[in-house]
Amino acid sequence: MANTDAIVGWKTITFGCHVMEPGSSAKFRTGDWRSQRPVIDNEKCIKCGICWIYCPDMAISQTEDGFFEIDLEYCKGCGICAHECPKDAITIIPEEG
Amino acid sequence: MSKRVGIEVSIALAEAVKLANVDVIAAYPITPQTHIVEHLSKVVADGEVDAEFVPVESEHGAMSCCCGSSAAGARTFTSSSSQGLLLMSEILFIPGPMRLPIVMAVVDRALSAPISIWNDHQDIMSQRDVGWIQTFAENGQEAFDLTLHAFRVAEDRRVSLPMMVNIDGFTLSHVVEAVELLSQEEVDQYLPPFKPRYRMDPRKPITMGPVGIPEVYSEAKVAHNEALKASRKVILQGWKEFADLFGRQYNPVETYRSEDAEVLLVTMGSISETAMTAIDTMREKGQKVGLIRIRLWRPFPGPEFRKAAGKAKMLAVVDRCLPPGAVCGPVGTELRSLFYKVPGAPKIFNFIAGLGGRDVTVERFEEMVDKARAFAKRRPKELYEVIGVREK
Repeated sequence: MANTDAIVGWKTITFGCHVMEPGSSAKFRTGDWRSQRPVIDNEKCIKCGICWIYCPDMAISQTEDGFFEIDLEYCKGCGICAHECPKDAITIIPEEG
Repeated sequence: MSKRVGIEVSIALAEAVKLANVDVIAAYPITPQTHIVEHLSKVVADGEVDAEFVPVESEHGAMSCCCGSSAAGARTFTSSSSQGLLLMSEILFIPGPMRLPIVMAVVDRALSAPISIWNDHQDIMSQRDVGWIQTFAENGQEAFDLTLHAFRVAEDRRVSLPMMVNIDGFTLSHVVEAVELLSQEEVDQYLPPFKPRYRMDPRKPITMGPVGIPEVYSEAKVAHNEALKASRKVILQGWKEFADLFGRQYNPVETYRSEDAEVLLVTMGSISETAMTAIDTMREKGQKVGLIRIRLWRPFPGPEFRKAAGKAKMLAVVDRCLPPGAVCGPVGTELRSLFYKVPGAPKIFNFIAGLGGRDVTVERFEEMVDKARAFAKRRPKELYEVIGVREK
């Protein structure tokens, strides 16, 4: 995505609207789009990692104890993890406010 | 040293591309552009130029490939016509704002339906707003010279925009003309190696063509438009240096016997030569007529055109395109806007002629001049007239 860190005018926008630094997509907080969020119930979780495999935004990571956590800065709330979880350990709840 | 040869215009244009020491050609054959890419594929295969010829699966692929190769820093060329140009359309809008200096020869041809392989300007006028610099050649020499000029201007770091050279299908592309081909040394003198401002380089990665959210989209579009408008200076400089080196001076618009003319025909492309013959004939009969030919179509050379129109009372503007449901033809609309509320502006009459290969003869130009005079006295019902069309 074009850099919007600073307010740019047509004279100051980058040449060709290029993004001049690599890996800049991490700056794009796609979590802002979310209207619902996944909640993992570790009582049911068998640590299979299917949610981690399926997450299209790589917003799920494994913690030291083997369970999984959601990075809400990037999770768009698509619900794929909940749909794929073989133990129904993930529920989708609406975002409040 | 340059040499003057009898050569098919398509081949002369392809020779200009070869002499430009092109790096990548990605093209798909379509009548009447075929001879250009055919010749280029041959010179690449014969090792006459060190380039990649990419025989793509479609024109959509051709322009996509060109965007990639230009972004990688390669001097890039393609060519198309008519339905092929339309299949490219989705990608044609992309290299402008991304500042990729691709050069393309557009061999102008009618659009289906009905199917027509013959010449008019409906293809390019449908792609008028792709955001490329656009020039129109009148003859073979110009097709050769403008192609070299296109590489020079497009790749200039102050410009860095795609550029197309239009030649009329068949009536120009397939005729054999006397063309002075420049030597390699001469071309090298005029055209420096391509040094892009930015390019795709794994050692210094950047992103080209990102998403432009509402906060930046307008600024990106205006930046492109301003760059296109500002290219004017470099376009003129490129022509001046060409003249200094090789003696042929090109201008954004050309005039012919226009000094004291009451009526000026306005044309683009190869029919301008017929128009000049018509003007000579009418001048012999004592009529004060002249010609303005538009060579640079985008960015539109407003100041030069206004100056060329001088004190003429009437402009008979010839469009080679019938835009259904529009107020006028594209050139007619452009000029009416240009002269709107300008004090002392000429009256503008718009004629649509030469669709799908219909010849525009000397007599037809005389008819347009006569009609312009009549319309100046008595306003016509319609804002344009299709010349030479039968009703029954």
